Amino acid sequence: MEAVDRRASVGSDVPFFATFATLSIAYVLLIVALLAADVSYTSFADLLDALESEEIRYSIRLSFISCTITAILSVWFAIPIGYLMSRYEFRGKALVDGILDIPIVLPPMVIGLSLLILFQTAPGRAVESVIPVTFHVPSVILAQFSVACAFAVRSMRITFDQIDPRSETVALTLGCNRGMAFRRVALPEAGRGVLSAGTLAWARALGEFGPILVFSGATRMRTEVLPSTVFLELSVGNIEAAVAVSLLMVTAAVVVLVITRLVGMRRRGW
Amino acid sequence: MVIRLEGVCIRIGSFELTDVELALDSGEYAVLMGRTGCGKTTLLECLCGLKPLASGKILLDGRDISHARPGERGIGYVPQEGVLFPTMSVRHNLSFALDVQRRGAREIDERVRELADLLSVSHLLERGVRGLSGGERQRVALGRALAARPSVLCLDEPLSALDDQTREEMIAVLESVREQTGVTAFHVTHNRAEAERLATRTFVIEGGTLTAAGGESPR
Repeated sequence: MEAVDRRASVGSDVPFFATFATLSIAYVLLIVALLAADVSYTSFADLLDALESEEIRYSIRLSFISCTITAILSVWFAIPIGYLMSRYEFRGKALVDGILDIPIVLPPMVIGLSLLILFQTAPGRAVESVIPVTFHVPSVILAQFSVACAFAVRSMRITFDQIDPRSETVALTLGCNRGMAFRRVALPEAGRGVLSAGTLAWARALGEFGPILVFSGATRMRTEVLPSTVFLELSVGNIEAAVAVSLLMVTAAVVVLVITRLVGMRRRGW
Repeated sequence: MVIRLEGVCIRIGSFELTDVELALDSGEYAVLMGRTGCGKTTLLECLCGLKPLASGKILLDGRDISHARPGERGIGYVPQEGVLFPTMSVRHNLSFALDVQRRGAREIDERVRELADLLSVSHLLERGVRGLSGGERQRVALGRALAARPSVLCLDEPLSALDDQTREEMIAVLESVREQTGVTAFHVTHNRAEAERLATRTFVIEGGTLTAAGGESPR
């Protein structure tokens, strides 16, 4: 009889699943509700109206071009940084690791302000005398890059962590130097990770607003990107246009997210 | 002597292997035995140049390779589980070393065909490596290490993850590789039966030193 009692004391699994499922569903519903609210507030005509505005077309163009440049630059930096951080132990590594995460945790406005001040210093002004940065298009790319690259670095580091370093050591015994082993073995293995770091950086750059507002301003036909458009349209009370542009960004972000997921699935062999 | 280790000491962290004296003639097949964590793999990695020596010398065909870079040693390496290059086909795994050395296309083609025949993997050449069985992976890893005709081959537990039948097949493959290529081999294993089948010399690593099994001199 005692054994039977002990079995009975295990209790039901229902409260566990009920709690976890309720919290999960509540958050998923919140996300879906946000998107549904946007869609219900706007119409196709509002979207067309928004697209007819030359300022908004400029902002779409600048957003897509700057995000693409930012994504390429981020991947370019993230590959070597992610590789070194994944493969090597060195003095001060924990410090470097912490520094690399700063753009992720720093408030966006602070990044913008810091960039603004950096370009007021002597080296910053020297750069400005050759290429105008602050309040010009390069500042948009630099502001996006400062944050997006940190995400790309994190993603590339995880990618290289998941790749067996022994492949590279075998390549060394087969006549490669470190560079050749990286190029011929590690980089092809990281291919999909590179693509996903790139899309992550792109999506991150698309949503960047705080640093751009401070460091680039939101001047129409000059440094206006899609988040600035939403801000500017809202500030003049044109909510329809703001929502239409928001939906455009949501669509672009979803497309990027889907690409990343598909790539991730194929990578895991699903 | 093809390969000679003179007073080799290895110190990595708290691990230490001291005064390793060993010499192998051409075509000899040395099996290294010892408990897990005794340093068998580390000794192989030092031979291949993947880990540094604390002191001592490694001479290969009379050449001091103690501090030579891995790719300049002419020692083939088959790590545990093979570790094939997953983005490449079987053919490209086999031709890797020759591609790196920029050998001619015809020479590479002939060598790949020769290795594929020797290791019975001709039917797999155009396949990717992901779907290969354990035995097939080991054959390809062996072929990849042999491609540039190294004078010494280091095999790290090449048969450990295989079922009994595949293990028997691989032992036969290793025997025919030894006969046909005359390569000198270091083979790490836990398995005494495997050692008896393949070894011309057996060494045991215990308590941080290497000794020849069966009372024979390591030299």
